[in-house]
Amino acid sequence: MKNKKQYLYYLPLCLLVVLFIYIQVTADLALPGYLRDIINNGIVPKDMGIVAQISLQMIGVAVIGAVGTIFASLFAAIIAAGVAKNIRADVFEKVEGFSFAEFNKFSTASLIIRNTNDIQQVQMFIFMFLRMVVSAPIMAIGGIQKAIDTSGSISWILGVSIPASLVVISLLMIVLVPLYNKVQKYIDGVNKVSREQLNGIRVIRAFRNEKFEEDKFDTANTVLTRTNIMLNRIMVMLFPAIMLILNFMQLAIVWFGAKAISENSMMLGDIIAFINYAMQVMFSFIMLTMISVILPRAAVSWKRIRQVLKTESTIKNVENPLKDLADKQDFDIEFKNVSYSYPHATEKVLDNISFKANKGNITAIIGSTGSGKSTLINLIPRFFDVTEGEILINGKNVKEYDLEFLHNMMGYVPQKAVIFSGTIESNILLGKQDANKEEIIAATKIAQAEEFINDKEAGYESEIAQGGTNLSGGQKQRLSIARALIRKPAIYIFDDSFSALDFKTDKALREALSPYLKESIAFIVAQRVSTIINAQQIIVLDDGKIAGIGTHKELMSNCNVYKEIASSQLSEEELRNV
Amino acid sequence: MSDNRSTPSQRKGLGGPGRGFGGGPGGHGGINEKAKDFKGTGKKLLKYFGEYKIAFTFTIIFAVLSTVFTIFMPKILGEATTSLQHSFETAYMTQSPIQVDFDYIGKIAITLIILYILSASFSYIQGFIISGVSQKITYKLRRQISLKLNTMPLKYFDSITHGEILSRITNDVDTVSMSLQQGLTQAITSVTTIIGILIMMLTISPVMTLIALVSLPLSGILVSIIVKLSQKHFKNQQVFLGNINGHIEEMFSGHTIVKAYNLENKSISEFKNINEKLYKTAWKSNFLSGLMMPILQVVGNIGYIGVAFIGGYLTINGQLNIGDIQSFIMYIRQFNQPIAVTAQIANVFQSTLAAAERVFEFLEEEDEVPEAENPVKLNNVMGNVDFDNITFGYNKDKVILNNINVNVKAGQTVAIVGPTGAGKTTIINLLMRFYDVNEGSIRIDGVDIRDMTRSELRKIFGMVLQDTWLFNGTIRENLSYGKLDATDDEIIAAAKAAHCDYFINTTPEGYDLVINEEANNISQGQKQLLTIARAVLADTPILILDEATSSVDTRTEQLIQKAMNNLKHGKTSFVIAHRLSTIRDADLILVMKEGNIIEQGNHQELIEKQGFYYELYNSQFDKVS
Repeated sequence: MKNKKQYLYYLPLCLLVVLFIYIQVTADLALPGYLRDIINNGIVPKDMGIVAQISLQMIGVAVIGAVGTIFASLFAAIIAAGVAKNIRADVFEKVEGFSFAEFNKFSTASLIIRNTNDIQQVQMFIFMFLRMVVSAPIMAIGGIQKAIDTSGSISWILGVSIPASLVVISLLMIVLVPLYNKVQKYIDGVNKVSREQLNGIRVIRAFRNEKFEEDKFDTANTVLTRTNIMLNRIMVMLFPAIMLILNFMQLAIVWFGAKAISENSMMLGDIIAFINYAMQVMFSFIMLTMISVILPRAAVSWKRIRQVLKTESTIKNVENPLKDLADKQDFDIEFKNVSYSYPHATEKVLDNISFKANKGNITAIIGSTGSGKSTLINLIPRFFDVTEGEILINGKNVKEYDLEFLHNMMGYVPQKAVIFSGTIESNILLGKQDANKEEIIAATKIAQAEEFINDKEAGYESEIAQGGTNLSGGQKQRLSIARALIRKPAIYIFDDSFSALDFKTDKALREALSPYLKESIAFIVAQRVSTIINAQQIIVLDDGKIAGIGTHKELMSNCNVYKEIASSQLSEEELRNV
Repeated sequence: MSDNRSTPSQRKGLGGPGRGFGGGPGGHGGINEKAKDFKGTGKKLLKYFGEYKIAFTFTIIFAVLSTVFTIFMPKILGEATTSLQHSFETAYMTQSPIQVDFDYIGKIAITLIILYILSASFSYIQGFIISGVSQKITYKLRRQISLKLNTMPLKYFDSITHGEILSRITNDVDTVSMSLQQGLTQAITSVTTIIGILIMMLTISPVMTLIALVSLPLSGILVSIIVKLSQKHFKNQQVFLGNINGHIEEMFSGHTIVKAYNLENKSISEFKNINEKLYKTAWKSNFLSGLMMPILQVVGNIGYIGVAFIGGYLTINGQLNIGDIQSFIMYIRQFNQPIAVTAQIANVFQSTLAAAERVFEFLEEEDEVPEAENPVKLNNVMGNVDFDNITFGYNKDKVILNNINVNVKAGQTVAIVGPTGAGKTTIINLLMRFYDVNEGSIRIDGVDIRDMTRSELRKIFGMVLQDTWLFNGTIRENLSYGKLDATDDEIIAAAKAAHCDYFINTTPEGYDLVINEEANNISQGQKQLLTIARAVLADTPILILDEATSSVDTRTEQLIQKAMNNLKHGKTSFVIAHRLSTIRDADLILVMKEGNIIEQGNHQELIEKQGFYYELYNSQFDKVS
């Protein structure tokens, strides 16, 4: 945690919670004592004055107890929500600083859950802990003390009933917890089968395997039902068992109390007070066992949160990073013997890649899925760091540049368009926060997005839902391209950005784009040969290695992998025409 | 680190405590869903209980008996105390040592022990019965949903997200099951307890009962004030929780762009803004809902004191015994809890009915059009396929295929081409009767496909889709999906024909390799080969093939091509084509645009026509000037 102070702030509040709970518990414990006094000193001697006087005192004590509870509750709520707020912010900031390596390590879905659900769990735990669990030991100790004071001779009854209830609860827990985990597993099983069936519904019907799937579901359903019945049938033992212990305890108090009375060592009011104390003590012990239910879940959540907080981003700035290019007029990017492999993986995703990209040129990268195209271009903005070799911009290693500066140099368009909720305009502005209207329109024009934006009623102000669900794939991609264009970056990176577009739009976009690329270096990852046929340099990747490098013409004559790709997409005649 | 159990986008995934052991504190005040048709759903749910009438009757009887015994206990125990009081008084009056009537107290003790044991046993027996019944009903609901899945038209699945259906199978069914298990028992015991305690209190002292009851409306008013106050904050908390989770989800999913465009600070400051708002509503709603218990307690305590005072007065006047005070105090203590439970149970039943309603809605969804009455069975399928003047639209009012006629002769290859989103899968949907045509007919060897059973029709078709669906199981199991009773030899022969025998054998487990849940322990290309093998094994007279758009590595790509050609050999086949070679060699090309088939013919004919196909074909190869 980077800022311990904001947590220390809650320490005095915690002490206040304990103090107010102490007040509340003391008041609660005092009441049976007053009741005993009413009986012993008022009712038995038949003195109504004392009964009234003690009753008034009791009201006072009850009110003090209430005030204690209310304040304890207030501070507990503030602490729980406040600590959760801080952790949530810490985790979020941490994750925003993560590089792709960390995202891959945790997975995006997992990071989201850690930042949301897990923190809610912790917040709930803190609140419950402060409200209930803290009071339990105070209540238990105070109650036992009072019980012994009232009548030491029958206190042994507590000594039997407390362990008895603890034994019953823990025995049941030992059986229940593994069963509970099993049930969770079987629920996942039912979900898995259902999900499979939903995803494969066409295949299932095509192969007429409905019955087969029904049986599969039934097997999962039966196991789940059977385990659930077992779990519930054991769980319902808990309540009657505890009640049985409590009832026997009360009976024992009355019976042995009667004995003590006959020996003159106890008063009548003491029995009633003792029952009250004993019940309070028992309830606090039962409350304590609640921890065994809520603690494991919160502990798992906390562990998962800690893992995030303890992870450091692997991609960081060096000391005194470069914040400018040495030569702005003429710059180049060079890959020198670059290799990349995922952490703990033996196989290389990229193997010994070397090439140079110059200003005004397009470098296209083509190859089959999994050949390492995306990885290659993701190394330039340091989404990943190379495992071997180096990438140089103007002769300086990318690692020497300030990350913010490095990213500001680039217009990056990912494979899958990422659009945020907001408006069309706010999304384009993410590329350049201070862009004016003309710049926005210019960028959308080139990106072939103007037409569909103008078709919308609200135009540039059109609301975009989370995940851009109210736009088509092609529209999202065009916005994402406009966002890159508006930056007028020195380096363009198009990661297979044109595949979501139809041939015609693809063509129009490339035509409009080409004059803009003259001042920049452009990297285009592509699936279609037609998209990159005019690139100054085409890199053909196969299995992480460069299978060929050159222009379309050159590659057609000297690179088999390229020829295969091209011939599957273009006609003989077209191939000859080049 | 495996947490794929629930994603935040799931309806009940986020916000508020999960359903666990009885749901956390302050479960009140949350936002409740309500059933639209309260009565109808209730009736349907009752019908499910009908089968278990006897079990339910026993549950109710045992629950009531157990509660009644419990209610008698304080009264009887109080009598022991009263007996002690009399001993005291006698001793006081006669100034002699106390003579405790142990015979009498002993009898009481024995009665109580019997009551304790009976009450506990009955309580357990009813729990035992209800556990079985509620789980069996749950099982039945789940099973019906699963059976329903297979009888519904595909239209339904195309119009609703899988998450929504899954949430019915799990969340909604769980909600119903939970309240069956706990809610019912709680309702019975609470009502019995309230009535029973009232009676007992009245028999002890009507005056004291009145005092105890006065505190009830008081706590009722206080509770409703708090609920009203906290409801507002609860709603806000829910809203901000939704906002912050949305922001987190959005930013984490778009991490590439956040990084590439240096948006970290913007994103963090937005986050902090929402987080602060969330914090403010969170502590308020927690605090207010946390007030409920202490306030009820104070009211309870005041009742307690009132009882002590009035009880004291009555006892001194000889109208009451001390044992009565003792039992009365115990009753008051027991009285508050069932009232709180009853108040919550209304909410529980409401959300149960809402959940049950969603389940029933699903079960009542329209089934597929019934099968033909006297279905035709084709024995030797030649493979002639005719589209005779068909008209079709996914929505009745939006026709996409209009008066289409296509004649395919046995053994021909038909290529379906068109830009993305042109509706190429529509043809598959119609051929397989995933959807039925609106007008006209599709005929195989002259027989209208609607005159066959769906099962007979689908027997004729083998299908290899781009979306390779494999399930969590061994390769052998996945392959034999094409023919459930296939022998090992048949499976291996099919794998060989589909060129996947080699890669299967390179894995240590071979055909017993378990494909994991995400099906990511084999490559995309290998998956493709397996689905081809599956179709080979099914050995059907007509094929539907979907060529992959994104190519796998070059070598696998060639294998797939070869395997598909093996599979197609001599059979009528419909290919959603992306490869030029496939398209050019096809006997018939169907060109689709915006859902409709706008041109048909072979490559040469279509090029000469200079229409959309010509344009599409040429735009692939246009130079950037």
